[in-house]
Amino acid sequence: MLYREVGDYKTSYAADQATFSITFDRWFYHAVVAAAVLVVPFVINDYWANAVVLPFLIYSIAAIGLNILTGYCGQVSLGTGGFMAVGAYACYKLMTAFPELNIFFCVLLSGGVTALVGMIFGLPSLRIKGFYLAVATLAAQFFLVWLFNKVAWFYNYSASGQISAPERTVLGFEITGPEALPASAYLFCLVFVLGLAWIARNMTRGSNGRRWMAIRDMDIAAEIIGVNPLSAKLSAFAVSSFYVGIAGALFFSVYLGAVEVTEAFGIQKSFIVLFMIIIGGLGSIFGSFAGAAFMVLLPVLLKNVMVGQLGWATDLAAHFEFAIVGALIVFFLIVEPHGLAMLWRIIKEKLRLWPFPH
Amino acid sequence: MSAGFYFGVEVFLNGLMTGVMYSLVALGFVLIFKASGIFNYAQGVMALFAALTLVGFKDGQIPFAHLFNAIFGTDIHHFGWHLPALFAVLLALFIMILFAWLVEKLILKHLVNQEPIILFMATIGLAYFMEGFGDLMWGADIKKLDVGIPQGGNLWIEESTAFLGGDDFYGFYLDNLDIWASVVAAVLVTGLVIFSQYTKTGRALRAVADDHQAALSVGISLRVIWVIVWSIAGFVALVAGIMWGSKSGVQFSLSLIALKALPVLILGGFTSIPGAIIGGLIIGVGEKLFEFLVGAPFLGGATENWFAYMLALVFLVFRPQGLFGEKIIERV
Repeated sequence: MLYREVGDYKTSYAADQATFSITFDRWFYHAVVAAAVLVVPFVINDYWANAVVLPFLIYSIAAIGLNILTGYCGQVSLGTGGFMAVGAYACYKLMTAFPELNIFFCVLLSGGVTALVGMIFGLPSLRIKGFYLAVATLAAQFFLVWLFNKVAWFYNYSASGQISAPERTVLGFEITGPEALPASAYLFCLVFVLGLAWIARNMTRGSNGRRWMAIRDMDIAAEIIGVNPLSAKLSAFAVSSFYVGIAGALFFSVYLGAVEVTEAFGIQKSFIVLFMIIIGGLGSIFGSFAGAAFMVLLPVLLKNVMVGQLGWATDLAAHFEFAIVGALIVFFLIVEPHGLAMLWRIIKEKLRLWPFPH
Repeated sequence: MSAGFYFGVEVFLNGLMTGVMYSLVALGFVLIFKASGIFNYAQGVMALFAALTLVGFKDGQIPFAHLFNAIFGTDIHHFGWHLPALFAVLLALFIMILFAWLVEKLILKHLVNQEPIILFMATIGLAYFMEGFGDLMWGADIKKLDVGIPQGGNLWIEESTAFLGGDDFYGFYLDNLDIWASVVAAVLVTGLVIFSQYTKTGRALRAVADDHQAALSVGISLRVIWVIVWSIAGFVALVAGIMWGSKSGVQFSLSLIALKALPVLILGGFTSIPGAIIGGLIIGVGEKLFEFLVGAPFLGGATENWFAYMLALVFLVFRPQGLFGEKIIERV
C-alpha cells in the first residue's frame, strides 16, 4: 500500500517497462498533473503567475531541451540564450506575418525554425568536442544576438528595436497581450510543458536516447558499435533546439510580451539554464523540472527575505543572490554531482526498504 | 601610399595592443589548465576581484561597508587613508594567494578525479560566487584605478610617423597604456618561462603538467602545486586587472573579458603559453581589421562582439587542437 513493489505483479512487457513502475508513484504523478490542470488555474493570481509559475514552466522546457543536448548527448552548449532568441523572433515574425494563424502553431513552428538553426550550429560538433565545443556554441550566442540587433527586418523596422507580441486568442481566451488572464496563459504553457516533457521522457528512454547516451559516454566507442555520430549529434541538436526555441517563443509572447534581445536573451540566460540542469541533475527529465523550480524560486525567496523582511537595498540583495547561487552550485557539485534528481532517486530507494533497511 | 592604407596599419597596431590585453587573461587560463587540467572559467572574475581589492586597499575602503550599513544602520564607507600603489598591489597579491589557498582547500580537494566538465562547471559557480562576493565586499560602482601608468596617446610615435602619409595623416595613434601593457606582458611571459625552466618549483610544475600520477609517485605534492599555480594565476589576474582596470575602469564588464579569452585559448591551444600570446594577437588584430574592413562599412558595425568566436569556430573545424596544442589522440 505504501511505497512498495511487493504485490504489484506485472503481467505484460508494457507494464514492466512503464515510466512509473510503482503504483504509488503513478498515482502521485496523476495527482500532480490533475492538480496542475484542475486546481491551479482557479487559484492562480497575477503575482504568482508572473513571478513564479510562468517562468518555472517556461524554464522547465528550456532546461529539458538543454538537458537532452548536454545531459543525454554530452555536448556542452553555452548558446541557449541565442537559441531562445531565435524562437522568440521566429514567433514574432510568424505572428505578425500570418495574423490568422493560431498562436499554438506559431509557437510550434518557431520551435521548428530554431531546430534548423540549431542543426547548423551543431554541425561543428562532429569535429569539435568538450570545452572546444562549448566555446564554439558561444559563437552562436553572440552572433545570433548581434544579428537580431542589427538586421531591422527581424523586428519589423520598429523604432525602439524591441519586439512586442500582438494580442492572440486560443478558443476565445486571450493568451498574449495585456488583457490575457493569468489562468489562460498558465494553461497554454502547461499544455506545452506536459506534451514536451512526455515526448522527451519517452524519446530519451527509446532507441534515440540510447544512441545519445552512447555518444555521451564515449563517442568513438559508440561509433564502433554502429551509432552514426552525424545523425545522433545532429538529432540531439535539433530536438534540443526545438525545445529551447519553444521556450524562447513562450518566454517572449506569453511571459514578457515585449522583448529587447540583448537584455532578455544575453549570455546570462545561457548560464541560468545551464545551472538549472547542473543543480537539477544532468540526464534527467525530473531534474530539469527540479532545477528550474530551484533557480526560479531561489531569487524570489531571497528577494522576499532580504528586501521584504530585512528592508535591504535591492542591489545588495542581488549581490547576495549571485554569491549564494555560485556557492550552491559548487556545493552541489561537491556533495552530489548528479543533482537534485539523484537525491530524489536515493530517497525513493530508501523509501522502498523503509522501515526495514536490512 | 594612400591615407586609407595607413589607417589600416594603425588599426592593425591597435589590434596588436588589444590582443596583448587578451593574452594577459588567456595566460592565467593556460597556467591552470596545464597544471591541473581544470578549465578555469573564473579567471576573468579573478581579474575583476583582484582589481577591486587593489582599488579598495588603495583608497582605504572598508570591506562589506554596504552590508554593515544595511544591517546596523551605520554609515561607514572609508578608513580615510590612501596607500601607495605598490603597497596596495602587494596587499592585493596577498589576498589572491589567500584566495588560491582557499580554493584548493574548499573546492579542488573535494573534486579530485571528477570529470573535467564537472570541474569546469564548478569554476563557473566559483565565478558567480566571486562576482557577488566582490560586489558585496567593495560595492558595485565603477571605480577609477590609477597606479601611475601613463595614459593617453603617445606623442613621440605620433610625431615621428607623421611624415609617412599626406596632409590628412597625423601619424599613428597608440595609447601609452597599451604600450606599457605589451612591455609588462613580455616581462611576465619571460619571467614565467624562466621560472618554469630554471627553478625547482618550476620543474615540479612541469612534471605535474606532464603526468599527475608520475609526479605524485616521485614525491611532488599535488595540493601544494595547485596552490602555487592558482597563486600564479591570481598574480596574472592581478596584472590583467590592473591593465584593464586602468584602461576602462574597474567594473562588472571586466569579468566578461574572460569570455573573450576563450577563443584566444582555442586558437592558441589550451596547453601552450606562446600559443596564448600569439592567439591573443591574432584575435585582437583579426577583430579590429574585420570591423574596419568589413564590419563597419557593410554589416552595420559591432562585429567585434562575435568575430572572435566565429574565427575560433572556423579555425577549430580545420585544426581541433589549436595552433600549438598537443595533438588530441583518442583511444577507446
